[in-house]
Amino acid sequence: MAKRSVSILNRLLANPSSPFTAPTRSITYMPRPGDGAPRTVTLIPGDGIGPLVTGAVEQVFEAMHAPVHFERYEVRGNMRKVPEEVMESVKRNKVCLKGGLATPVGGGVSSLNMQLRKELDIFASLVNCINVPGLVTRHENVDIVVIRENTEGEYAGLEHEVVPGVVESLKVITKFCSERIARYAFEYAYLNNRKKVTAVHKANIMKLADGLFLESCREVAKAYPGITYNEIIVDNCCMQLVAKPEQFDVMVTPNLYGNLIANTAAGIAGGTGVMPGGNVGAEHAIFEQGASAGNVGNDKIVEQKKANPVALLLSSAMMLKHLQFPTFADRLEVAVKQVIREGKWRTKDLGGDCTTQEVVDAVIAALD
Amino acid sequence: MSRRSLTLLKNLTRNTNTSCNQTRSVTYMPRPGDGSPRAVTLIPGDGIGPLVTNAVEQVMEAMHAPIYFEKYDVHGEMSRVPAEVMESIRKNKVCLKGGLKTPVGGGVSSLNVQLRKELDLFASLVNCFNLPGLPTRHENVDIVVIRENTEGEYAGLEHEVVPGVVESLKVITKFCSERIAKYAFEYAYLNNRKKVTAVHKANIMKLADGLFLESCREVAKKYPGITYNEIIVDNCCMQLVAKPEQFDVMVTPNLYGNLVANTAAGIAGGTGVMPGGNVGADHAVFEQGASAGNVGKDKIVRENKANPVALLLSSAMMLRHLQFPSFADRLETAVKRVISEGKCRTKDLGGQSTTQQVVDAVIANLE
Repeated sequence: MAKRSVSILNRLLANPSSPFTAPTRSITYMPRPGDGAPRTVTLIPGDGIGPLVTGAVEQVFEAMHAPVHFERYEVRGNMRKVPEEVMESVKRNKVCLKGGLATPVGGGVSSLNMQLRKELDIFASLVNCINVPGLVTRHENVDIVVIRENTEGEYAGLEHEVVPGVVESLKVITKFCSERIARYAFEYAYLNNRKKVTAVHKANIMKLADGLFLESCREVAKAYPGITYNEIIVDNCCMQLVAKPEQFDVMVTPNLYGNLIANTAAGIAGGTGVMPGGNVGAEHAIFEQGASAGNVGNDKIVEQKKANPVALLLSSAMMLKHLQFPTFADRLEVAVKQVIREGKWRTKDLGGDCTTQEVVDAVIAALD
Repeated sequence: MSRRSLTLLKNLTRNTNTSCNQTRSVTYMPRPGDGSPRAVTLIPGDGIGPLVTNAVEQVMEAMHAPIYFEKYDVHGEMSRVPAEVMESIRKNKVCLKGGLKTPVGGGVSSLNVQLRKELDLFASLVNCFNLPGLPTRHENVDIVVIRENTEGEYAGLEHEVVPGVVESLKVITKFCSERIAKYAFEYAYLNNRKKVTAVHKANIMKLADGLFLESCREVAKKYPGITYNEIIVDNCCMQLVAKPEQFDVMVTPNLYGNLVANTAAGIAGGTGVMPGGNVGADHAVFEQGASAGNVGKDKIVRENKANPVALLLSSAMMLRHLQFPSFADRLETAVKRVISEGKCRTKDLGGQSTTQQVVDAVIANLE
């Protein structure tokens, strides 16, 4: 009996299509007639590694024959504002995929990333930080979704120089924005079967500002009795994130804390090169690399073409789900995860030495 | 070494059993407001209908699914579907129903067919597949039968020429054939299916089924990635019971679709477990996949032993249609777990449980 089990085990492990690979959906998605018609998506390649990784997405979509076609627009970080035609295109298509736009440090030009989000009122930014099987990290069991308010808070951009040498920067928190981000976070948790929402704040110091944020979260929490709600101060939160990340599920935060928490969580789960995410508003959605979306990489990566396309590929899978093409999203995710799990094609930030194109070819080969 | 491999093997197989719980790791990012509850028209129907629709209601409650039902009583002997029911369906766009009995013989036309005609639900879809844990004589079955729902032999155009002679018209139009073919290929495209098979009898009914085939061929040209072939319906029935793994998506006119769907459902486990629905350009009605007009025998109704699985899986399809994919996944996982465990099965699956016991098992397995 034991001898036979050795051979069975060998056969199971040798067979790559064993039951441990991605399960296929047997109950199907019954589309409405006409659901297969191609959708238009605005594509903004951006700066630095942006064109490299968006090129990767375009190639994979072609290979999949996904019902998406891209309208490409060149936007650079040093432009003063996003061109009219681009805004019109995004407003028309409702969905946009973008690489990063470089934000010059110092005064003068405001961030185009922020401008895009403010104009389209894209108030929720979402990053899903999760351990990818096959990618070894110091932390296990990480599956955190950081939902961050995108339009106000510390990034309101309201600064002025009172007298030379003295600058005031306003942090604005409104009930309206806090309520809607809290509502979005709880609705997200409800629709994705998540059990816990944690509000991150610093209300012991900023009693009124973050206090208002917390009040809004508590009110919304009452409407969702099935979801656990708790609060955590942001400094303790950062410490808990690196000590025991498995205690966190969905985290809702104002703007600045969200930026930092999202990047920390992305880092512990494998790096900003692999985490998917996006920004969503009432009518529009922009998908980009999950955390650190403004990071356009350094010149060396651009020259050697070694940027990691995984984050944008997984974000484009989220985009496909958002556009209601779940099978294409599943195929893309399965292919990407297989490539990472096999470990042969990894870019520098994951410990390998491949170029972007090699990873893309591996993903296309892994599509089924 | 061999002893360790035995425990390793046991661990692996235990993990595969629990891995039928597929968690989606890249999540569904909803639009704000996507979580607000949707209204769905509910028609319990006749016979086992109220029993199985009640099962769905209980499970939806337990899941806190964001839908609420507007219940309407319709019975098979009514002469037509009441106006308020039609209005409700037109407003909600989605309906869940149990079977409506169709009296045999002349007089009252089938209310099931009437509903489909008035809402122009031109595509009927049944997904017949082997459920893990349910042994059948055929393995590897995963067939989707897409059947034209509004014309063909069921057009309902009959008349008695002279006493003792009746003519029944089978009407096939290019318009309807084209749209069902388009739906079938679009379905295959969106669900990553590789093959579409058209079922016909054009060697005999050269013009009628020939027109159907022409429409399918035209649409097939637009989908070069999907294999298209044709099969005559009698051969098809034989192949279904001999080698069902050769079929993937099948597109058929009305009558053949009825028969092929019931055959495929039968080989894969019975009409009590196959999900399905009817969809049109604006509306969708979900019901038991195959044999939807079957309202069961009185004995099953009395003993409350109807199989709720088909309607539960159809309501999972409905949840996906309404864009609540994680609720659909939870429901399907729970139902499949109950079936694979094998402890709570109704009579048609070889067990002895009542409907309520199966429902309780599903609710207990929800996570």
